[in-house]
Amino acid sequence: MKLLDINKLTVKFPTRFGEFKALDNVSLDVNAGEIHGLVGESGAGKSTVGAAVIGLLQSPGYVAGGKIHFMGENLCELDADAYHRLRGSRISMIFQDPQTSLNPLLTISAQLVETIRQHSDLSHSEALEQAIGLLKETGLHNVEQRIDDYPHQFSGGMRQRVVIALALCTDPELIIADEPTTALDVSVQKQILELIRTLCTTRNIGIILITHDIGVINEITDRVTVLRNGRVIESGPTAKVLGHPEDEYTHALMMAVPRLDKRLDRFKNIVAEDNFDESDNQWQVEGASAALASDWLLAERKVDQSVAASAHVSRSPILEVNDLDVTFYSGQPRWFGKRAGFKALSDINLEVRTGEVLGIVGESGSGKSTLAKAIVGLVDPSAGSMLFRGKALPEGSKRDRHHAVRRQIQMVFQDPFSSLNNRLTVERIIAEPIRFYGLSGDKKEIRKLVASVLDLVEMPQRAMLKYPHQFSGGQRQRIAVARALVARPEFLICDEPTSALDVSIQAQMLNLLKDLQQAFGLSILFISHNLAVIRQMADRVVVLKEGRLIETAETEAFFNSPTDEYSQMLLRETPSLSLVKV
Amino acid sequence: MLSFIFQRLLQSVFVMLAVSLIAFSLFRFVGDPVAQMVGQETSIEDQENLRERLGLNDSLVTQYARFVGNLTRGEFGYSYRTRQPVSEMIISRLPATLELGFVSLIISLLVGIPAGIYTALKTGFLSNALLVATLVGISIPTFVIGIFLIYVFGVELGWLPTFGRGDTVQIGWWQSSLLSWDGLKSMLLPAVTLGIYQLTLTMRLVRAEMQDVLKTDYIKFATARGINYRSLYVNHAFRNTLVPVITIVGLQLGGIIAFSIVTESVFQWPGMGLLFLDSIRYVDIPVMSVYLVLIAVMFVSINLLVDLLYFFIDPRVRLKSAKG
Amino acid sequence: MSLLSTFRRVSRENELLYLFLHNPVAQVAALIALLCICGAAFSPWLAPTNPYDIASIDIMDSLVPPAWSDEGDSRFLIGTDDQGRDLLSAILYGTRLSLLVGLLSVGFACTLGVTVGLMAGYFGGRFDTIMMRIADVQLSLPAILVALLIDGIARGILPRDQHDHLMIVVLTIAIGLSLWVNFARTVRASTMVERNKEYVQASEIMGMHPLRIMLVHILPNIMGPILVILTVDLAVAILLEATLSFLGVGVPPNQPSLGTLIRIGTEYLFSGEWWIVIFPSAMLIIMIVSINILGDFLRDAFNPRLR
Repeated sequence: MKLLDINKLTVKFPTRFGEFKALDNVSLDVNAGEIHGLVGESGAGKSTVGAAVIGLLQSPGYVAGGKIHFMGENLCELDADAYHRLRGSRISMIFQDPQTSLNPLLTISAQLVETIRQHSDLSHSEALEQAIGLLKETGLHNVEQRIDDYPHQFSGGMRQRVVIALALCTDPELIIADEPTTALDVSVQKQILELIRTLCTTRNIGIILITHDIGVINEITDRVTVLRNGRVIESGPTAKVLGHPEDEYTHALMMAVPRLDKRLDRFKNIVAEDNFDESDNQWQVEGASAALASDWLLAERKVDQSVAASAHVSRSPILEVNDLDVTFYSGQPRWFGKRAGFKALSDINLEVRTGEVLGIVGESGSGKSTLAKAIVGLVDPSAGSMLFRGKALPEGSKRDRHHAVRRQIQMVFQDPFSSLNNRLTVERIIAEPIRFYGLSGDKKEIRKLVASVLDLVEMPQRAMLKYPHQFSGGQRQRIAVARALVARPEFLICDEPTSALDVSIQAQMLNLLKDLQQAFGLSILFISHNLAVIRQMADRVVVLKEGRLIETAETEAFFNSPTDEYSQMLLRETPSLSLVKV
Repeated sequence: MLSFIFQRLLQSVFVMLAVSLIAFSLFRFVGDPVAQMVGQETSIEDQENLRERLGLNDSLVTQYARFVGNLTRGEFGYSYRTRQPVSEMIISRLPATLELGFVSLIISLLVGIPAGIYTALKTGFLSNALLVATLVGISIPTFVIGIFLIYVFGVELGWLPTFGRGDTVQIGWWQSSLLSWDGLKSMLLPAVTLGIYQLTLTMRLVRAEMQDVLKTDYIKFATARGINYRSLYVNHAFRNTLVPVITIVGLQLGGIIAFSIVTESVFQWPGMGLLFLDSIRYVDIPVMSVYLVLIAVMFVSINLLVDLLYFFIDPRVRLKSAKG
Repeated sequence: MSLLSTFRRVSRENELLYLFLHNPVAQVAALIALLCICGAAFSPWLAPTNPYDIASIDIMDSLVPPAWSDEGDSRFLIGTDDQGRDLLSAILYGTRLSLLVGLLSVGFACTLGVTVGLMAGYFGGRFDTIMMRIADVQLSLPAILVALLIDGIARGILPRDQHDHLMIVVLTIAIGLSLWVNFARTVRASTMVERNKEYVQASEIMGMHPLRIMLVHILPNIMGPILVILTVDLAVAILLEATLSFLGVGVPPNQPSLGTLIRIGTEYLFSGEWWIVIFPSAMLIIMIVSINILGDFLRDAFNPRLR
């Protein structure tokens, strides 16, 4: 008998536009001692499967059809009390963000002991003993000393271990892990995944692992189900689904995942966003075209073909950063003694050469975003200097508001949902830099330019009439790129431009950035936590760790044989795509 | 912990200095103190002498220092209107207001918190009815509630007294209504009147906070672990709403003291609010400024207490201050 | 693109309209609020008599009960007060006064609070610290107390004859000053959230003038919370004005507001003349309830957590 057998499950959410089918005839099964991966892009319904199994569908969602058999028992027929008794004792769950999934006001021992005693007759001391044993099993250090600590006293990785201990403490038969490592750094992710694998095998637990990350699927799942828009696209043993996908979508998805082991010129065969109707595509501003945008963007600044052709090693640097330090002081000045400072960056030396893409890679807290902010002038460095095209670049607070650099350096941000002003039309958003930098004063011309640039970033011209919230994340990011482009920049900073996007959208975005970089000979500082993305984009790589520069190298050399121990570790810990065949 | 309290104390001192400065400027600049104290027929020389004796010719800094000094010693000066020492007037009125405020706070918390939790957890007729009631509750002015209650329970039904404190029991200088049946009966209407507005505020706040907490991941996780609903709602959810609720309750105490002015006026309750109202009507500046300072003292102590409570409820506050 | 994301992208403006059109309670509240405003604005044309005109008042007509009762007079639909003023006219004029003071003081509080809040939230630093300390001090003095104090000070400073004329200005300032902190704190908090968003950083990188960033970029994005406070505080301001007038420190007695009428009525309530209290109270409560319902509606509509 299967541990869990989901048969033609349909989940509906009534909305005011009618009923929305979050899941449509989804069938899958899980065996004891097996990790079953659920993968898909946002809106695929992965998390809904987990919520339906544990009976915690977000209101007003409901199971509209199908059966969920758990060890032969149909869960859909259980009454509310019986279901609640099942939770924790036989089915448990691990949530995505360890920062928010623990009660901040209770010690971890209190939370563990309460859960254990909820489902057994153990005394307090017996439960405590069991809790200590579990925490040790999940690899927490100094368990005896730390068991009475509060959640906020642990690091993210340690907290996730506590969460796993909490999910395990009642000896469940099935665990639903919803993006258990998404909020964690690569180095921690690997350890947590290994822990989940070990527990699954030693305790013979069935696990549903929900993730958007093909790498994670590749790493630890036995079988995998691919979902899209609430439907099962493909299901089977991991090696088969990843290596020899039968469905076109699965194939396209695999192609869109950036690879760590080799650099591609472009991503091919990616799924297109089917988003615009005919009326969107037909609407045009007279005389506007992508070609016009290219001409206009290149008008002032002929790409020096000789430079473009020459090997990038020999080019002159466009940006030099020398001995840069950034220190953040805690908000309030202290009453006694010196202000406590936190060094976000120390002794950073690097240069970006004209026309190259320099990749900056590092885990959270490495200071990569701070570096970008120091260059654009959002934070003031505490020491060191910066040169742009050989001239000193004044620090942010001393940089004149009309300094030429403010136009020459542009930035594309991480979060497409906060990088555009929701209250302005796309036309005004893109026109703002043109007007502000005085690149054109003619109303008609500006309108034509905005339409043309939208064309250039592969958006319909009609988009200019709408507001940002009418677009998806990927489309918003294109608008953000368009806004950066119309300033006619020479230097572009991309701060995690794709980390908020789905894989297939990310692939499109990376293609677009590559095209634009080549067409306009842009120099780009490309920041990412994702080594595979860096490999696809960068000519050279800089590794940051806790505010220090660890290694600078040519991309190919770096990925083939990193010299620093930390870089080697990063590469080792990044989930591989060994099963995916190209 | 010590440095935490010390920091808070420093802040309180700052607030007190600011308020006493306002009170001082009131005293010094609104109207001429001398002209207020003497009659029409007093000669210019006598007025000048009085001015000198009161120290009104000293520098403002000296005067302010003396003003603060007097306040800390409990020397509040004399009322322009009754010529009585302000301290006596305040002391005779203080218990009435404090008892009234205390009882209405208890009413508002005892009813408001459970009702707030209930409306956050349940939907249905009772829950909706309570919500509508709160909306009406925050919309009806306190004085209208008071008049209505007087009309129904005092005039029409004749069950309860409608003005004054009734019989009081004297304990030292403290006159208490809480120890006699008549006193308690007299207190019921004013306390309910004063409590209703705060009650609705408490209820709405507890409900909103509770709803927010119920949406958090840690509550979802606790539900997924099968923690029983009682513990889930009380131990996990309600505890996490305590910090904002305590903040608001602290602020509410202020609201209660302020609105006691209205309630005391409606019920002719002989408390500080009535005294303050009279002092405003007759521009009795010394009473006004002392009342102001006293209210600020109450507030600062309440805030201090609230901060200390955070300390015991929230380990994040506790541990952060232990480190720094 | 999935269906769900289509739903999410329905524009916010349409969403507000949609929610409003599907919320009959809010519609009724809006209608009543509108009627109150119209009744107040056109009171000189709507009211049968002018209650401020002493010549038109006859003391012989005092305390006439509503027209439908036995001793009623058809000239006075809902009776008269102790001085023989037509109660309906007095209520209409009183509502006008209450709304006027309410709107003016909320406008004043909003202007002051939004300015301070925007600057404190955007620039932070010392200005922020000082303004927020002031707000803290003021917050420890409840609104009604601040209003009473300012009123008391005004009494002390202004000569008695001028005092009555300036009473409405004093009242507006007193109520406005007691409410600005709400705006300042909310706007500051929202500004600090917006300030850290990337679209504001993009404008800063461009070198845009801070004033322009605040007005063009931040302000439109925080209109939601401002609108909510504006509505809720309008109710509070009307309530405060009524309370002050009831306490006898508000508007001058020859221009009765709703609070004044209720105070006058209280004196006659126990001798059976109930109408002087009931009608102004009902008017006041209906007006405040409808504004509060709208405030609740806006709060729910703008609350991102509920969407």
